[in-house]
Amino acid sequence: MGPLLMTPISDNVTAFTIASAIKVLVFFGVYLVTVALLTLAERKVSAWIQDRHGPNRTGPGGLLQPAADGVKNFMKEELSPGAGNSILFTLAPAIAFCTAMVSWAVIPFAAPLPTPWGVMSVAIADLPVGFVFTLAISSLGVFGITLAGWSSNNKYSLLGGLRSSAQMISYEIAMGLSVIPVLLLAGNVKMSAIVSQQASGGWNVLNLSFAFLTFLISAFAETNRLPFDLPEAESELVAGYHTEYSSMKFSMFFIAEYANMLTASGLLATLFLGGWDIPFTAWDNSGDPSLLKTLLTLVSFMLKAGFFLFLYMWIRWTLPRFRYDQLMALGWRFLLPVSLGYIVLIASALLVLQVLGIQPGVIQTGILLVLNIVVLVLVFVIFDRGRLVSPTTSKMSAAEMLRLRMQDRAGSVLSATVRPEPEMGD
Amino acid sequence: MAIKVKVMDRPVEQVSYVRATLSGLAHTFKHLVDPHKVTTQYPEETEALSKRWRGTHRMLTKVEGKAKCVGCGLCPTVCPANCIKLVPGEDEQGNRFPLVFEIDEFRCIFCGYCQEVCPEEAIHVGRHYENAELSRDGFVYDLERLTAQTHPVCEMWDPADPAGE
Repeated sequence: MGPLLMTPISDNVTAFTIASAIKVLVFFGVYLVTVALLTLAERKVSAWIQDRHGPNRTGPGGLLQPAADGVKNFMKEELSPGAGNSILFTLAPAIAFCTAMVSWAVIPFAAPLPTPWGVMSVAIADLPVGFVFTLAISSLGVFGITLAGWSSNNKYSLLGGLRSSAQMISYEIAMGLSVIPVLLLAGNVKMSAIVSQQASGGWNVLNLSFAFLTFLISAFAETNRLPFDLPEAESELVAGYHTEYSSMKFSMFFIAEYANMLTASGLLATLFLGGWDIPFTAWDNSGDPSLLKTLLTLVSFMLKAGFFLFLYMWIRWTLPRFRYDQLMALGWRFLLPVSLGYIVLIASALLVLQVLGIQPGVIQTGILLVLNIVVLVLVFVIFDRGRLVSPTTSKMSAAEMLRLRMQDRAGSVLSATVRPEPEMGD
Repeated sequence: MAIKVKVMDRPVEQVSYVRATLSGLAHTFKHLVDPHKVTTQYPEETEALSKRWRGTHRMLTKVEGKAKCVGCGLCPTVCPANCIKLVPGEDEQGNRFPLVFEIDEFRCIFCGYCQEVCPEEAIHVGRHYENAELSRDGFVYDLERLTAQTHPVCEMWDPADPAGE
Protein backbone atom coordinates (compact mmCIF):
# COMPACT_ATOMS: atom_id res chain seq x y z
CA MET A 1 0.00 0.00 0.00
CA GLY A 2 1.55 3.28 -1.12
CA PRO A 3 1.90 6.36 1.05
CA LEU A 4 -0.88 8.04 -0.96
CA LEU A 5 -3.40 5.52 0.38
CA MET A 6 -2.62 6.39 3.96
CA THR A 7 -3.51 10.08 3.73
CA PRO A 8 -7.05 10.95 4.79
CA ILE A 9 -9.42 11.66 1.93
CA SER A 10 -10.22 15.08 3.40
CA ASP A 11 -6.83 16.32 2.10
CA ASN A 12 -8.26 16.17 -1.42
CA VAL A 13 -11.20 18.58 -1.46
CA THR A 14 -12.82 17.36 -4.71
CA ALA A 15 -12.55 13.68 -3.78
CA PHE A 16 -13.82 14.43 -0.29
CA THR A 17 -16.89 16.27 -1.61
CA ILE A 18 -17.76 13.53 -4.09
CA ALA A 19 -17.15 10.78 -1.50
CA SER A 20 -19.35 12.59 1.02
CA ALA A 21 -22.18 12.94 -1.50
CA ILE A 22 -21.98 9.24 -2.34
CA LYS A 23 -21.88 8.36 1.36
CA VAL A 24 -24.97 10.47 2.06
CA LEU A 25 -26.92 8.73 -0.73
CA VAL A 26 -25.76 5.22 0.12
CA PHE A 27 -26.07 5.46 3.90
CA PHE A 28 -29.48 7.09 3.93
CA GLY A 29 -30.68 4.67 1.25
CA VAL A 30 -29.55 1.74 3.38
CA TYR A 31 -31.01 3.46 6.43
CA LEU A 32 -34.48 3.85 4.92
CA VAL A 33 -34.52 0.30 3.58
CA THR A 34 -33.50 -0.97 7.02
CA VAL A 35 -36.27 1.08 8.62
CA ALA A 36 -38.79 -0.42 6.20
CA LEU A 37 -37.55 -3.91 6.99
CA LEU A 38 -37.72 -3.12 10.71
CA THR A 39 -41.47 -2.61 10.47
CA LEU A 40 -41.67 -6.11 9.02
CA ALA A 41 -39.26 -7.46 11.63
CA GLU A 42 -41.37 -5.96 14.41
CA ARG A 43 -44.49 -7.65 13.08
CA LYS A 44 -42.67 -10.94 12.67
CA VAL A 45 -41.16 -10.85 16.17
CA SER A 46 -44.48 -9.89 17.72
CA ALA A 47 -46.18 -12.71 15.82
CA TRP A 48 -43.62 -15.30 16.87
CA ILE A 49 -43.80 -14.22 20.51
CA GLN A 50 -47.59 -14.60 20.30
CA ASP A 51 -47.29 -18.04 18.63
CA ARG A 52 -48.41 -16.72 15.25
CA HIS A 53 -46.68 -16.63 11.85
CA GLY A 54 -46.85 -12.91 11.04
CA PRO A 55 -47.18 -11.45 7.54
CA ASN A 56 -46.22 -14.13 5.01
CA ARG A 57 -48.45 -13.49 1.97
CA THR A 58 -46.64 -10.66 0.19
CA GLY A 59 -43.44 -11.86 -1.36
CA PRO A 60 -41.24 -14.67 0.00
CA GLY A 61 -41.85 -14.88 3.73
CA GLY A 62 -43.70 -11.56 3.69
CA LEU A 63 -40.59 -9.67 2.56
CA LEU A 64 -42.59 -7.27 0.38
CA GLN A 65 -44.95 -6.32 3.21
CA PRO A 66 -43.25 -2.93 3.85
CA ALA A 67 -43.72 -2.06 0.16
CA ALA A 68 -47.37 -3.07 0.33
CA ASP A 69 -47.81 -0.95 3.47
CA GLY A 70 -46.13 1.99 1.77
CA VAL A 71 -48.38 1.74 -1.29
CA LYS A 72 -51.42 1.49 0.97
CA ASN A 73 -50.41 4.59 2.91
CA PHE A 74 -49.84 6.61 -0.28
CA MET A 75 -53.28 5.62 -1.57
CA LYS A 76 -55.11 6.63 1.60
CA GLU A 77 -57.10 9.79 1.88
CA GLU A 78 -55.27 12.52 3.72
CA LEU A 79 -57.33 14.26 6.36
CA SER A 80 -56.36 17.31 8.34
CA PRO A 81 -58.38 18.71 11.24
CA GLY A 82 -60.35 21.82 10.28
CA ALA A 83 -59.69 23.68 13.51
CA GLY A 84 -56.04 22.71 13.71
CA ASN A 85 -52.99 24.72 12.74
CA SER A 86 -52.41 23.35 9.26
CA ILE A 87 -48.86 24.69 8.80
CA LEU A 88 -47.56 23.13 12.00
CA PHE A 89 -49.68 20.06 11.32
CA THR A 90 -47.77 19.52 8.09
CA LEU A 91 -44.42 20.52 9.54
CA ALA A 92 -44.56 18.22 12.59
CA PRO A 93 -44.11 14.86 10.83
CA ALA A 94 -41.26 16.34 8.79
CA ILE A 95 -39.48 17.46 11.97
CA ALA A 96 -39.96 14.08 13.62
CA PHE A 97 -38.72 12.30 10.49
CA CYS A 98 -35.69 14.47 9.79
CA THR A 99 -34.36 14.67 13.35
CA ALA A 100 -34.63 10.90 13.59
CA MET A 101 -32.43 10.55 10.52
CA VAL A 102 -29.81 13.22 11.14
CA SER A 103 -28.15 11.59 14.18
CA TRP A 104 -27.30 8.66 11.94
CA ALA A 105 -24.71 10.84 10.21
CA VAL A 106 -22.10 10.72 12.98
CA ILE A 107 -22.04 6.99 13.71
CA PRO A 108 -19.02 5.16 12.23
CA PHE A 109 -20.14 1.82 10.79
CA ALA A 110 -16.86 0.19 9.88
CA ALA A 111 -13.10 0.51 9.81
CA PRO A 112 -11.84 3.25 7.44
CA LEU A 113 -12.04 2.32 3.78
CA PRO A 114 -8.99 2.78 1.52
CA THR A 115 -9.72 4.47 -1.80
CA PRO A 116 -7.33 5.57 -4.55
CA TRP A 117 -7.77 9.13 -3.27
CA GLY A 118 -7.04 8.48 0.40
CA VAL A 119 -8.50 6.76 3.43
CA MET A 120 -12.22 7.42 3.86
CA SER A 121 -13.98 7.07 7.21
CA VAL A 122 -17.17 5.00 6.99
CA ALA A 123 -19.40 7.60 8.62
CA ILE A 124 -21.16 10.37 6.77
CA ALA A 125 -19.50 12.95 8.99
CA ASP A 126 -17.19 11.88 11.80
CA LEU A 127 -17.73 15.19 13.60
CA PRO A 128 -15.27 16.27 16.30
CA VAL A 129 -18.35 17.02 18.49
CA GLY A 130 -19.81 13.55 17.75
CA PHE A 131 -21.87 12.58 20.73
CA VAL A 132 -22.85 16.14 21.66
CA PHE A 133 -24.33 16.45 18.18
CA THR A 134 -26.54 13.37 18.65
CA LEU A 135 -27.73 14.69 22.02
CA ALA A 136 -28.61 18.04 20.44
CA ILE A 137 -30.49 16.45 17.54
CA SER A 138 -32.36 13.95 19.68
CA SER A 139 -33.62 16.84 21.85
CA LEU A 140 -35.00 18.43 18.67
CA GLY A 141 -37.07 15.31 17.98
CA VAL A 142 -39.46 16.22 20.78
CA PHE A 143 -40.60 19.27 18.79
CA GLY A 144 -42.08 17.09 16.08
CA ILE A 145 -44.17 15.14 18.53
CA THR A 146 -45.20 18.09 20.69
CA LEU A 147 -46.16 20.22 17.69
CA ALA A 148 -48.10 17.31 16.21
CA GLY A 149 -50.05 17.02 19.45
CA TRP A 150 -50.70 20.72 19.69
CA SER A 151 -51.54 21.50 16.06
CA SER A 152 -54.10 18.68 15.85
CA ASN A 153 -56.51 20.59 18.11
CA ASN A 154 -57.43 17.31 19.73
CA LYS A 155 -57.32 16.67 23.45
CA TYR A 156 -55.85 13.18 23.09
CA SER A 157 -53.17 14.41 20.72
CA LEU A 158 -52.34 17.27 23.06
CA LEU A 159 -52.05 14.94 26.05
CA GLY A 160 -49.80 12.66 24.03
CA GLY A 161 -47.63 15.57 22.95
CA LEU A 162 -47.36 16.89 26.51
CA ARG A 163 -46.47 13.49 27.88
CA SER A 164 -43.87 13.10 25.21
CA SER A 165 -42.21 16.44 25.94
CA ALA A 166 -42.18 15.77 29.68
CA GLN A 167 -40.80 12.28 29.15
CA MET A 168 -38.14 13.20 26.63
CA ILE A 169 -36.86 16.13 28.68
CA SER A 170 -36.68 13.97 31.81
CA TYR A 171 -34.83 11.13 30.16
CA GLU A 172 -32.60 13.39 28.09
CA ILE A 173 -30.85 14.33 31.34
CA ALA A 174 -30.38 10.74 32.46
CA MET A 175 -29.15 9.88 28.97
CA GLY A 176 -26.59 12.66 28.91
CA LEU A 177 -25.39 11.87 32.42
CA SER A 178 -25.05 8.16 31.74
CA VAL A 179 -22.70 8.86 28.84
CA ILE A 180 -20.37 11.13 30.80
CA PRO A 181 -18.42 8.12 32.20
CA VAL A 182 -17.91 6.97 28.60
CA LEU A 183 -16.55 10.37 27.67
CA LEU A 184 -14.34 10.33 30.80
CA LEU A 185 -12.79 7.05 29.68
CA ALA A 186 -12.37 8.08 26.05
CA GLY A 187 -11.29 11.63 26.83
CA ASN A 188 -13.03 12.71 23.63
CA VAL A 189 -16.59 13.12 22.30
CA LYS A 190 -15.69 12.09 18.75
CA MET A 191 -17.39 8.80 17.89
CA SER A 192 -14.35 7.27 16.18
CA ALA A 193 -12.22 8.16 19.22
CA ILE A 194 -14.71 6.39 21.50
CA VAL A 195 -14.55 3.32 19.24
CA SER A 196 -10.76 3.21 19.14
CA GLN A 197 -10.57 3.70 22.92
CA GLN A 198 -12.82 0.67 23.37
CA ALA A 199 -10.76 -1.37 20.93
CA SER A 200 -7.65 -0.79 23.06
CA GLY A 201 -9.14 -0.42 26.55
CA GLY A 202 -11.99 -2.94 26.58
CA TRP A 203 -15.62 -2.48 25.69
CA ASN A 204 -17.56 -0.01 27.76
CA VAL A 205 -20.21 -2.59 28.51
CA LEU A 206 -17.57 -4.17 30.77
CA ASN A 207 -15.90 -0.95 31.86
CA LEU A 208 -19.18 0.83 32.56
CA SER A 209 -21.90 -1.83 32.79
CA PHE A 210 -24.10 0.33 34.96
CA ALA A 211 -23.90 3.33 32.64
CA PHE A 212 -24.82 0.93 29.84
CA LEU A 213 -27.99 -0.06 31.67
CA THR A 214 -29.03 3.50 32.48
CA PHE A 215 -28.31 4.54 28.88
CA LEU A 216 -30.35 1.59 27.62
CA ILE A 217 -33.32 2.59 29.78
CA SER A 218 -33.07 6.24 28.72
CA ALA A 219 -32.74 5.22 25.08
CA PHE A 220 -35.99 3.26 25.37
CA ALA A 221 -37.68 6.29 26.88
CA GLU A 222 -36.19 8.66 24.29
CA THR A 223 -37.53 6.59 21.41
CA ASN A 224 -41.00 6.33 23.01
CA ARG A 225 -40.88 2.56 22.87
CA LEU A 226 -42.57 0.28 25.34
CA PRO A 227 -42.49 0.22 28.31
CA PHE A 228 -42.24 4.01 27.87
CA ASP A 229 -44.73 4.54 25.04
CA LEU A 230 -46.98 6.83 27.06
CA PRO A 231 -47.14 9.48 24.29
CA GLU A 232 -49.11 7.10 22.12
CA ALA A 233 -50.71 4.94 24.85
CA GLU A 234 -53.45 3.52 22.66
CA SER A 235 -55.56 2.29 25.55
CA GLU A 236 -55.77 5.78 27.04
CA LEU A 237 -55.18 8.32 24.27
CA VAL A 238 -56.61 6.69 21.11
CA ALA A 239 -53.24 6.94 19.37
CA GLY A 240 -51.65 9.83 21.27
CA TYR A 241 -49.95 12.58 19.30
CA HIS A 242 -50.71 11.06 15.89
CA THR A 243 -54.43 10.50 16.47
CA GLU A 244 -55.41 12.99 13.75
CA TYR A 245 -52.81 11.91 11.24
CA SER A 246 -53.59 9.72 8.27
CA SER A 247 -51.96 8.57 5.08
CA MET A 248 -48.27 9.31 4.52
CA LYS A 249 -48.09 11.84 7.36
CA PHE A 250 -48.93 9.07 9.80
CA SER A 251 -46.45 6.87 8.02
CA MET A 252 -43.74 9.45 8.59
CA PHE A 253 -44.27 9.27 12.35
CA PHE A 254 -44.14 5.52 12.06
CA ILE A 255 -40.89 5.68 10.07
CA ALA A 256 -39.52 8.22 12.57
CA GLU A 257 -40.15 5.79 15.44
CA TYR A 258 -38.21 3.03 13.73
CA ALA A 259 -35.53 5.45 12.55
CA ASN A 260 -35.06 6.54 16.17
CA MET A 261 -34.79 2.91 17.19
CA LEU A 262 -32.14 2.29 14.56
CA THR A 263 -30.14 5.35 15.57
CA ALA A 264 -30.38 4.48 19.26
CA SER A 265 -29.24 0.92 18.53
CA GLY A 266 -26.31 2.26 16.53
CA LEU A 267 -25.42 4.60 19.39
CA LEU A 268 -25.64 1.82 21.97
CA ALA A 269 -23.39 -0.37 19.84
CA THR A 270 -20.92 2.46 19.27
CA LEU A 271 -20.76 3.76 22.83
CA PHE A 272 -20.87 0.50 24.75
CA LEU A 273 -20.20 -2.50 22.51
CA GLY A 274 -17.08 -1.15 20.85
CA GLY A 275 -18.69 0.09 17.63
CA TRP A 276 -17.30 -1.79 14.65
CA ASP A 277 -14.56 -3.45 16.71
CA ILE A 278 -14.39 -7.23 16.26
CA PRO A 279 -13.90 -8.78 19.71
CA PHE A 280 -10.90 -10.94 20.74
CA THR A 281 -8.73 -9.71 17.90
CA ALA A 282 -6.50 -6.70 17.37
CA TRP A 283 -6.22 -7.42 13.64
CA ASP A 284 -9.14 -5.19 12.67
CA ASN A 285 -7.90 -2.02 14.33
CA SER A 286 -4.18 -2.10 13.61
CA GLY A 287 -2.15 -1.90 10.44
CA ASP A 288 -3.19 -0.64 7.05
CA PRO A 289 -6.85 -0.19 6.19
CA SER A 290 -8.21 -2.68 3.67
CA LEU A 291 -11.51 -3.49 1.99
CA LEU A 292 -11.79 -6.84 3.78
CA LYS A 293 -11.37 -5.14 7.16
CA THR A 294 -14.06 -2.60 6.28
CA LEU A 295 -16.53 -5.31 5.26
CA LEU A 296 -15.90 -7.55 8.27
CA THR A 297 -16.13 -4.68 10.74
CA LEU A 298 -19.34 -3.56 9.01
CA VAL A 299 -20.81 -7.01 9.65
CA SER A 300 -19.63 -6.78 13.25
CA PHE A 301 -21.37 -3.42 13.67
CA MET A 302 -24.55 -4.69 12.03
CA LEU A 303 -24.68 -7.69 14.35
CA LYS A 304 -24.31 -5.47 17.41
CA ALA A 305 -26.91 -2.93 16.27
CA GLY A 306 -29.17 -5.80 15.20
CA PHE A 307 -28.97 -7.25 18.69
CA PHE A 308 -30.24 -4.01 20.17
CA LEU A 309 -32.99 -3.74 17.56
CA PHE A 310 -34.12 -7.21 18.53
CA LEU A 311 -33.90 -6.27 22.21
CA TYR A 312 -36.20 -3.29 21.51
CA MET A 313 -38.81 -5.57 19.97
CA TRP A 314 -38.35 -8.32 22.52
CA ILE A 315 -38.90 -5.87 25.41
CA ARG A 316 -41.86 -4.28 23.63
CA TRP A 317 -43.71 -7.57 23.51
CA THR A 318 -42.79 -8.50 27.08
CA LEU A 319 -43.31 -5.52 29.36
CA PRO A 320 -46.52 -3.61 30.03
CA ARG A 321 -46.56 0.17 29.89
CA PHE A 322 -45.52 2.20 32.93
CA ARG A 323 -47.96 4.40 34.73
CA TYR A 324 -47.20 8.09 34.27
CA ASP A 325 -46.05 8.66 37.86
CA GLN A 326 -43.86 5.56 37.71
CA LEU A 327 -42.25 6.88 34.56
CA MET A 328 -41.46 10.24 36.12
CA ALA A 329 -40.30 8.69 39.39
CA LEU A 330 -37.97 6.33 37.55
CA GLY A 331 -36.49 9.18 35.55
CA TRP A 332 -36.07 11.80 38.24
CA ARG A 333 -35.81 9.87 41.49
CA PHE A 334 -33.81 6.86 40.33
CA LEU A 335 -31.91 7.42 37.07
CA LEU A 336 -30.86 11.01 37.67
CA PRO A 337 -29.32 10.70 41.18
CA VAL A 338 -27.90 7.27 40.51
CA SER A 339 -26.16 8.27 37.30
CA LEU A 340 -24.81 11.38 39.04
CA GLY A 341 -23.40 9.19 41.79
CA TYR A 342 -21.99 6.84 39.19
CA ILE A 343 -20.12 9.68 37.48
CA VAL A 344 -18.48 10.56 40.81
CA LEU A 345 -17.64 6.90 41.43
CA ILE A 346 -16.09 6.36 37.99
CA ALA A 347 -14.23 9.66 38.07
CA SER A 348 -12.69 8.80 41.45
CA ALA A 349 -11.91 5.26 40.32
CA LEU A 350 -10.13 6.59 37.22
CA LEU A 351 -8.20 9.04 39.36
CA VAL A 352 -7.10 6.28 41.73
CA LEU A 353 -6.10 4.07 38.78
CA GLN A 354 -4.13 6.95 37.30
CA VAL A 355 -2.35 7.61 40.59
CA LEU A 356 -1.55 3.89 40.88
CA GLY A 357 -0.16 4.09 37.34
CA ILE A 358 -2.46 1.41 35.82
CA GLN A 359 -2.71 1.82 32.07
CA PRO A 360 -5.93 1.17 30.11
CA GLY A 361 -6.07 -2.53 29.34
CA VAL A 362 -7.12 -5.85 30.83
CA ILE A 363 -6.26 -4.92 34.43
CA GLN A 364 -8.13 -1.61 34.28
CA THR A 365 -11.14 -3.30 32.69
CA GLY A 366 -11.07 -5.99 35.36
CA ILE A 367 -10.99 -3.48 38.19
CA LEU A 368 -13.79 -1.43 36.66
CA LEU A 369 -15.84 -4.58 35.99
CA VAL A 370 -15.59 -5.64 39.64
CA LEU A 371 -16.64 -2.13 40.65
CA ASN A 372 -19.61 -2.33 38.28
CA ILE A 373 -20.69 -5.73 39.54
CA VAL A 374 -20.71 -4.32 43.06
CA VAL A 375 -22.85 -1.38 41.92
CA LEU A 376 -25.22 -3.65 39.97
CA VAL A 377 -25.67 -5.98 42.94
CA LEU A 378 -26.28 -3.01 45.22
CA VAL A 379 -28.86 -1.53 42.89
CA PHE A 380 -30.68 -4.55 41.59
CA VAL A 381 -30.54 -6.98 44.49
CA ILE A 382 -30.58 -4.75 47.55
CA PHE A 383 -32.14 -1.53 46.29
CA ASP A 384 -34.65 -3.10 43.89
CA ARG A 385 -37.23 -4.17 46.44
CA GLY A 386 -40.32 -2.51 45.10
CA ARG A 387 -38.52 0.81 44.96
CA LEU A 388 -37.17 0.95 41.41
CA VAL A 389 -40.60 1.27 39.92
CA SER A 390 -42.68 2.82 42.63
CA PRO A 391 -45.12 2.16 44.09
CA THR A 392 -45.49 -1.49 43.32
CA THR A 393 -45.98 -2.16 46.99
CA SER A 394 -47.00 -0.27 50.06
CA LYS A 395 -45.09 -0.04 53.28
CA MET A 396 -45.70 -3.03 55.45
CA SER A 397 -44.97 -3.51 59.11
CA ALA A 398 -42.25 -6.00 60.02
CA ALA A 399 -44.72 -8.15 61.94
CA GLU A 400 -47.13 -8.30 59.01
CA MET A 401 -44.28 -9.21 56.69
CA LEU A 402 -43.16 -11.99 59.02
CA ARG A 403 -46.71 -13.36 59.18
CA LEU A 404 -47.00 -13.39 55.38
CA ARG A 405 -43.62 -14.98 55.00
CA MET A 406 -44.52 -17.75 57.46
CA GLN A 407 -47.77 -18.26 55.63
CA ASP A 408 -45.90 -18.47 52.36
CA ARG A 409 -43.43 -20.96 53.75
CA ALA A 410 -46.25 -23.10 55.18
CA GLY A 411 -47.40 -23.64 51.61
CA SER A 412 -50.69 -21.87 51.92
CA VAL A 413 -51.83 -19.57 49.16
CA LEU A 414 -50.41 -16.12 49.80
CA SER A 415 -53.45 -13.94 50.02
CA ALA A 416 -52.87 -10.41 48.98
CA THR A 417 -54.59 -8.29 51.57
CA VAL A 418 -55.85 -4.89 50.58
CA ARG A 419 -56.10 -2.37 53.34
CA PRO A 420 -59.27 -0.33 53.55
CA GLU A 421 -57.23 2.88 53.23
CA PRO A 422 -54.26 1.92 51.07
CA GLU A 423 -51.15 3.91 51.79
CA MET A 424 -49.14 5.38 48.98
CA GLY A 425 -45.69 3.99 48.36
CA ASP A 426 -44.10 6.96 49.95
CA MET B 1 -48.22 14.19 44.42
CA ALA B 2 -48.83 10.55 43.97
CA ILE B 3 -51.79 9.28 41.98
CA LYS B 4 -54.40 7.55 44.17
CA VAL B 5 -54.07 3.87 43.43
CA LYS B 6 -55.00 0.76 45.30
CA VAL B 7 -51.77 -0.96 46.22
CA MET B 8 -51.51 -4.65 46.93
CA ASP B 9 -49.45 -5.68 49.94
CA ARG B 10 -46.80 -8.16 49.02
CA PRO B 11 -43.52 -9.05 50.70
CA VAL B 12 -41.01 -6.77 48.98
CA GLU B 13 -38.73 -9.57 47.86
CA GLN B 14 -41.50 -10.70 45.55
CA VAL B 15 -41.80 -7.40 43.73
CA SER B 16 -38.34 -7.00 42.19
CA TYR B 17 -38.93 -5.27 38.87
CA VAL B 18 -35.64 -6.45 37.42
CA ARG B 19 -36.21 -10.10 38.24
CA ALA B 20 -39.79 -9.95 37.00
CA THR B 21 -38.54 -8.39 33.78
CA LEU B 22 -35.91 -11.06 33.26
CA SER B 23 -38.35 -13.90 33.85
CA GLY B 24 -40.82 -12.22 31.51
CA LEU B 25 -38.15 -11.93 28.82
CA ALA B 26 -37.28 -15.59 29.25
CA HIS B 27 -40.93 -16.49 28.89
CA THR B 28 -41.48 -14.50 25.69
CA PHE B 29 -38.23 -15.82 24.22
CA LYS B 30 -39.43 -19.37 24.81
CA HIS B 31 -42.50 -18.58 22.73
CA LEU B 32 -40.42 -16.77 20.11
CA VAL B 33 -38.31 -19.83 19.34
CA ASP B 34 -41.16 -22.31 19.81
CA PRO B 35 -41.77 -23.79 16.33
CA HIS B 36 -45.36 -24.67 17.21
CA LYS B 37 -47.58 -21.84 15.98
CA VAL B 38 -51.31 -21.86 16.51
CA THR B 39 -52.29 -20.19 13.23
CA THR B 40 -53.88 -22.37 10.55
CA GLN B 41 -52.48 -21.34 7.15
CA TYR B 42 -55.99 -21.22 5.74
CA PRO B 43 -56.02 -21.61 1.97
CA GLU B 44 -53.23 -24.19 2.09
CA GLU B 45 -54.43 -26.11 5.13
CA THR B 46 -57.92 -26.31 6.57
CA GLU B 47 -59.23 -27.56 9.86
CA ALA B 48 -61.51 -30.63 9.86
CA LEU B 49 -65.19 -29.73 10.04
CA SER B 50 -67.52 -31.25 12.59
CA LYS B 51 -69.86 -33.98 11.33
CA ARG B 52 -72.70 -31.74 12.39
CA TRP B 53 -71.42 -28.67 10.51
CA ARG B 54 -74.32 -26.92 8.76
CA GLY B 55 -73.14 -25.12 5.63
CA THR B 56 -73.89 -24.78 1.91
CA HIS B 57 -76.96 -26.78 0.88
CA ARG B 58 -76.91 -29.85 -1.26
CA MET B 59 -79.83 -31.69 -2.94
CA LEU B 60 -79.33 -35.46 -3.05
CA THR B 61 -80.35 -37.31 -6.20
CA LYS B 62 -81.92 -40.65 -7.12
CA VAL B 63 -79.93 -43.29 -9.01
CA GLU B 64 -81.01 -41.89 -12.38
CA GLY B 65 -79.69 -38.47 -11.41
CA LYS B 66 -82.92 -36.63 -10.70
CA ALA B 67 -83.45 -34.79 -7.42
CA LYS B 68 -85.03 -36.80 -4.61
CA CYS B 69 -87.37 -33.89 -3.84
CA VAL B 70 -91.09 -34.64 -4.19
CA GLY B 71 -92.19 -31.03 -3.78
CA CYS B 72 -94.13 -31.65 -0.58
CA GLY B 73 -93.62 -28.07 0.54
CA LEU B 74 -92.50 -28.88 4.10
CA CYS B 75 -89.13 -27.15 3.85
CA PRO B 76 -90.42 -23.70 2.71
CA THR B 77 -93.02 -23.98 5.45
CA VAL B 78 -90.56 -24.76 8.23
CA CYS B 79 -87.87 -22.36 7.01
CA PRO B 80 -87.57 -19.57 9.63
CA ALA B 81 -85.68 -17.30 7.24
CA ASN B 82 -88.13 -17.83 4.40
CA CYS B 83 -85.32 -18.45 1.95
CA ILE B 84 -86.63 -21.50 0.06
CA LYS B 85 -88.75 -20.97 -3.03
CA LEU B 86 -90.59 -24.12 -4.23
CA VAL B 87 -93.03 -24.56 -7.14
CA PRO B 88 -94.19 -28.22 -7.23
CA GLY B 89 -95.04 -29.99 -10.50
CA GLU B 90 -96.47 -33.43 -11.39
CA ASP B 91 -95.73 -35.75 -14.35
CA GLU B 92 -98.14 -38.16 -16.23
CA GLN B 93 -97.61 -41.00 -13.71
CA GLY B 94 -98.57 -38.66 -10.87
CA ASN B 95 -94.98 -38.35 -9.52
CA ARG B 96 -94.46 -34.96 -7.96
CA PHE B 97 -91.22 -33.11 -8.57
CA PRO B 98 -90.05 -29.52 -8.04
CA LEU B 99 -90.49 -27.25 -11.05
CA VAL B 100 -88.59 -24.50 -9.27
CA PHE B 101 -86.45 -25.07 -6.18
CA GLU B 102 -84.30 -22.13 -5.12
CA ILE B 103 -82.44 -21.43 -1.88
CA ASP B 104 -81.13 -17.97 -1.14
CA GLU B 105 -77.91 -18.80 0.74
CA PHE B 106 -77.61 -15.15 1.69
CA ARG B 107 -80.86 -15.20 3.66
CA CYS B 108 -80.39 -18.70 5.04
CA ILE B 109 -79.52 -18.90 8.73
CA PHE B 110 -78.26 -22.49 8.40
CA CYS B 111 -80.56 -23.85 11.11
CA GLY B 112 -80.88 -27.18 9.30
CA TYR B 113 -84.67 -27.42 9.79
CA CYS B 114 -85.14 -28.15 6.05
CA GLN B 115 -82.97 -31.22 6.34
CA GLU B 116 -84.70 -32.35 9.51
CA VAL B 117 -88.19 -31.90 8.10
CA CYS B 118 -87.57 -33.47 4.66
CA PRO B 119 -89.42 -36.82 4.40
CA GLU B 120 -87.40 -37.93 1.35
CA GLU B 121 -83.94 -37.00 2.76
CA ALA B 122 -83.50 -34.84 -0.32
CA ILE B 123 -82.38 -31.37 0.84
CA HIS B 124 -79.37 -31.29 3.17
CA VAL B 125 -77.13 -28.71 4.72
CA GLY B 126 -73.54 -29.56 3.84
CA ARG B 127 -70.14 -29.67 5.52
CA HIS B 128 -68.86 -26.86 3.33
CA TYR B 129 -68.38 -23.11 3.78
CA GLU B 130 -66.39 -21.68 0.90
CA ASN B 131 -69.30 -20.12 -0.96
CA ALA B 132 -68.19 -16.57 -1.75
CA GLU B 133 -69.81 -14.86 -4.74
CA LEU B 134 -69.22 -11.65 -6.65
CA SER B 135 -72.89 -10.59 -6.61
CA ARG B 136 -75.93 -11.11 -4.39
CA ASP B 137 -77.72 -12.89 -7.24
CA GLY B 138 -75.02 -15.54 -7.19
CA PHE B 139 -76.16 -16.67 -3.77
CA VAL B 140 -79.54 -17.86 -5.06
CA TYR B 141 -78.88 -21.53 -5.77
CA ASP B 142 -81.27 -23.19 -8.23
CA LEU B 143 -82.09 -26.90 -8.38
CA GLU B 144 -79.36 -27.62 -10.91
CA ARG B 145 -76.70 -26.06 -8.74
CA LEU B 146 -77.98 -27.71 -5.57
CA THR B 147 -77.86 -31.18 -7.15
CA ALA B 148 -74.41 -30.49 -8.63
CA GLN B 149 -72.85 -29.96 -5.18
CA THR B 150 -70.54 -32.80 -4.16
CA HIS B 151 -69.46 -31.96 -0.60
CA PRO B 152 -70.40 -34.27 2.31
CA VAL B 153 -73.67 -33.50 4.02
CA CYS B 154 -74.41 -32.76 7.65
CA GLU B 155 -75.26 -35.53 10.08
CA MET B 156 -78.01 -34.00 12.18
CA TRP B 157 -78.12 -34.12 15.94
CA ASP B 158 -79.55 -37.39 17.13
CA PRO B 159 -81.41 -37.14 20.49
CA ALA B 160 -80.60 -40.81 21.17
CA ASP B 161 -76.90 -40.10 20.69
CA PRO B 162 -76.35 -36.54 21.89
CA ALA B 163 -72.54 -36.75 21.89
CA GLY B 164 -72.48 -37.92 18.28
CA GLU B 165 -70.68 -41.22 18.90
